[in-house]
Amino acid sequence: MLDVKIHNLSLKNPVLTASGTFGYGEEFSDFVDLERLGGFIVKGTTGTHREGNPYPRMAETPSGMLNAVGLQNGGVEKFCSEVYHRIKHLRTNIIVNVSGSSIEEYCSVAEQINELDHIPAIELNISCPNVKKGGMGFGTNPEMAAQVVSGVRKVYRKTLIVKLTPNVTSIVDIAKAVEGAGADSVSLINTMLGMAIDVERRRPMLSTITGGLSGPAVKPVAVRMVWQVAHAVQIPVIGLGGIASAADALEFLMAGATAIQVGTANFIDPTVTMKIVDGLEDYCKRHGINDINEIIGIV
Amino acid sequence: MKEIHNFTILERHTLGSQYFSLVLQHTDTMQPVSPGQFVEVLVEGEREVMLRRPISVHDADPAAGTLTLLIQIVGPGTRRLSRLGVGESLNLVYPLGHGFTTDLRPPTSALLVGGGAGIAPLLHLAKVLSAKGLHPTVLLGGRTADLIPVRDAFLPYAQVGIATDDGSLGHHGIVTTHPDFAFPYDIIYTCGPTPMMKAVARSAAERGIRCEVSLENMMACGVGACLCCVTDTDHGHRCVCKEGPVFDISTMKKWYQC
Repeated sequence: MLDVKIHNLSLKNPVLTASGTFGYGEEFSDFVDLERLGGFIVKGTTGTHREGNPYPRMAETPSGMLNAVGLQNGGVEKFCSEVYHRIKHLRTNIIVNVSGSSIEEYCSVAEQINELDHIPAIELNISCPNVKKGGMGFGTNPEMAAQVVSGVRKVYRKTLIVKLTPNVTSIVDIAKAVEGAGADSVSLINTMLGMAIDVERRRPMLSTITGGLSGPAVKPVAVRMVWQVAHAVQIPVIGLGGIASAADALEFLMAGATAIQVGTANFIDPTVTMKIVDGLEDYCKRHGINDINEIIGIV
Repeated sequence: MKEIHNFTILERHTLGSQYFSLVLQHTDTMQPVSPGQFVEVLVEGEREVMLRRPISVHDADPAAGTLTLLIQIVGPGTRRLSRLGVGESLNLVYPLGHGFTTDLRPPTSALLVGGGAGIAPLLHLAKVLSAKGLHPTVLLGGRTADLIPVRDAFLPYAQVGIATDDGSLGHHGIVTTHPDFAFPYDIIYTCGPTPMMKAVARSAAERGIRCEVSLENMMACGVGACLCCVTDTDHGHRCVCKEGPVFDISTMKKWYQC
């Protein structure tokens, strides 16, 4: 009833978790039956180990939060040699978020992940707002975005999802460019660039001054962008941005997303993904829907 | 194992002008909680607050299925929590983090140094160390007597010394100048304001005493997934919520020396 397909990827339901909010899945295994998820997307992985940005990296804002983690991760080799072996037995789709500062780095990481039998897809992160070099720089220009994607396409043979930034004039232009360069799917939106100031200390709340806004505050923007992109490209769209309930997830599906990702909401209720899966089943039953695909893009 | 659970508030106590405590009753079988571990509390009905608030465990009684939280009112989240009453429920994610070392045996001499809200986890620690036959010394510091929320509760488990900046109670001065601080203990535990903990850590390091510090950073997930709450350590950034909140200072030179 809830099965969906993203290119070659079969998901038992459209519920995924967003990169950077769910660790490597293990962190949530006390709360969530990971195998009941359509899949999960592990932390952004780069060519080499990264320490990320200095503390403070987070600030709470109305109905949301800013973060400036800056892609802290152990690097692709550590992922392949350690983390992968701890999680590869899970019967769900484990997707690796791939990040970098240069086309060479993106390609090198993708090539190494391509060798892992139990990783059926990568999500190419050309939209991180918290790194000085690369990241969002690649995702704000259609030509640059296409160059990274075609580079990775040459070395990566499985499902290639490209994660888009909302910090652009036209997200549709970027989506079309990466579709043309060989992406199998696009996921959107990454965080919106934001800023908050501690007026007592007269200082920015984040060590990096600006950071990425996530949570319910960004949801209407994300729904709008998913709707625009879904009407403009042929490849499946994965929607994310402030999803905290089955009703939120349904908004994205109706706007044209084939699957959705849950991010910040995991921090508030670590069991929220299970509630969303249950809620989608319940919605289908109440509305006599035999196949969730019937409602995808109906708005 | 970590769990998410709705506890019922069994007791609520006001402690001075800034603090209150909540005794929470588990409705089934409570998970074991070690000294120094913390919970993440869901704050409901407060427009400005979305994220859970990390609160250290002040006391835990596994047989009775109760947890006690000692909370300082510092912002809209803790202010909202202060308005909760007996019989209301509180949603917790717990037990979280890596706590204090407690596998010690007599005649180990232990010192617990707490300041302000950092006094909270030390009661649970004193109780557990006492049960192992140790008789720890506890030094509690605050700006004034009113800001030392708990004192007598320690008496069955420890020898208690007090230091206040204004001399309104106990030793007049900061806690590291209390005469009992200078004793050559085998281990020192500390939790409180960062400058106090750094002073305790530096003194312990100079004297070659093993020392554990319990840090407090802003947190989001509480389980080591989001990497928002990191602290500098000699091995790079580590999550306060998962690798901490308690760290051995042998890996924290970079932190306490600056």
